[in-house]
Amino acid sequence: MTVVSVPDMRIPGTTLFDGHAAGKGYQLNAMCYSFNEARNREAFLADEEAYCTRFGLTPEQREAVRARNVLAMIAVGGNIYYLAKLAGIFGLNVQDVGAQQTGMSVEAFKQMLLDQAVPEKMED
Amino acid sequence: MAHIVGGYFTSHVPAIGGAIQRGDQQEPYWKPFFDGFPPVRDWLAEAKPDVAVCFYNDHGLNFFLDKMPTFAVGAASEYRNEDEGWGLPLFKSFLGHPELSWHVIEQLVSDEFDITTCQSMLVDHSVSIPFELVYPDVEAWPVRLVPIAINTVQFPLPSARRCLALGRSVHRALQSWQGDERIVVIGTGGLSHQLDGERAGFMNPDYDKFCMDNLAADPDALVKDTTKEIVRLAGSQGVEILNWIAARGALGDGMTETHRNYHIPISNTAAATMVLEPG
Repeated sequence: MTVVSVPDMRIPGTTLFDGHAAGKGYQLNAMCYSFNEARNREAFLADEEAYCTRFGLTPEQREAVRARNVLAMIAVGGNIYYLAKLAGIFGLNVQDVGAQQTGMSVEAFKQMLLDQAVPEKMED
Repeated sequence: MAHIVGGYFTSHVPAIGGAIQRGDQQEPYWKPFFDGFPPVRDWLAEAKPDVAVCFYNDHGLNFFLDKMPTFAVGAASEYRNEDEGWGLPLFKSFLGHPELSWHVIEQLVSDEFDITTCQSMLVDHSVSIPFELVYPDVEAWPVRLVPIAINTVQFPLPSARRCLALGRSVHRALQSWQGDERIVVIGTGGLSHQLDGERAGFMNPDYDKFCMDNLAADPDALVKDTTKEIVRLAGSQGVEILNWIAARGALGDGMTETHRNYHIPISNTAAATMVLEPG
C-alpha cells in the first residue's frame, strides 16, 4: 500500500498533488499561503532566510526557493496554487512560470499557447 | 415555489480580473472571450435571478491544507473577498442566503453527503470573476449567494460521479424550497489547462468539446473517467470541470444549451462560457 501514484497511472510532466506531496510540502505551502497578506510579502522580501526559517522549510525547500526553481519546488511538495503567490511577489505570472518549467522563453511559451487556438474560431 | 432559471458556466482565470480592471475587454487578445458575455447578460436581465448557487474551488484564500474539506457549503450572511496575494483587484462582497444554505445542507446530509458547513467563509476570484463578467456595472450584486466549494486541489479529489450526485442532491433541495426565489446555478473553472510541471501549457480542445457537447443532454457521459484520468485529459487544473459537473447536477433534467463561447488561450487556459436553460 502506497500513497504514491502507481506507475501506469503516471501522466507525463505532471505531479499529482496527493497526500504524499501535501505532507512533504506542508511548510513550503504554508509559507506561500501566508503571502495572502501584504505585510508577510514585505517580510519575506526584507529577509528571505529569516522568513523561510520561521516557517521551518527543509534545506531542499529553501534551496528551491532560493533558486526560484518552480520544478524543484514541486519536487519538494509545492502546490502551484500556493507557489503562484510566491511568484506574484516577484511580479511573475503563470506564463513566466510555465516558460520556466518547460524550458522555453516566455515569448515561445506564449506562442505555444496561441498556437493551440482551434482553427474554426480563428476564422470567425 | 422557487424557480430555477437555468445555469451559467464560465472559466474563472485570475487574469480576467486584471483585464476588467484595465478595461481591456475590446483588446484583440481579450475580445473573443469577452464577446461571449453579452448574450449571458441579456439572458440574466430577462431571467432576473435573485439567488445564485455557485459551485467553485478555492485557490488558497479561505482553505489551506491544514483543513481541506472535500465539499464545503457556505451558510453565512455575507461573503467577503480578500487579498489573494497575486495582485488581483479586491472584489465586491456578496450577501448570503443562510436559510436556503441550511436547507441545502439539510438535504445534502439527509442524502448522506458528509459536507463541511461554513458560517464564515471568504470567496476568491473563482466566485467573483464570473459575477464581474455578467454584472459589469453594478454597485452591489443583484443576487444573494449560496457558495459550494469542491476540493480540486489536493488528491484524493471527489469523483466526477460523486460531484454529479452532490449536484443532484442540491437540486432536490432547490425543488423543495418553499420560497419564491428565482435561482441561477453557476459552475466555474476550466476548461482544459495545466499550470504546473513540464506539461504546463497543456490544453485539450477535443476533451473540452466532449464536455461541452454532453453537458446539457448527457452529463453522465462526463463522470465515467476517474479524476486522475480527467487530469490526463484536461490538465492538472482542468479538473475544475468537477465544478461544472456538480452545477449541472443541481439544474436537474431537461436542460437545453442556449449559448456557448470557447476561446484559446486566455492566460494558460482554454476558456469557455455556456448557458443552459430549462426546456
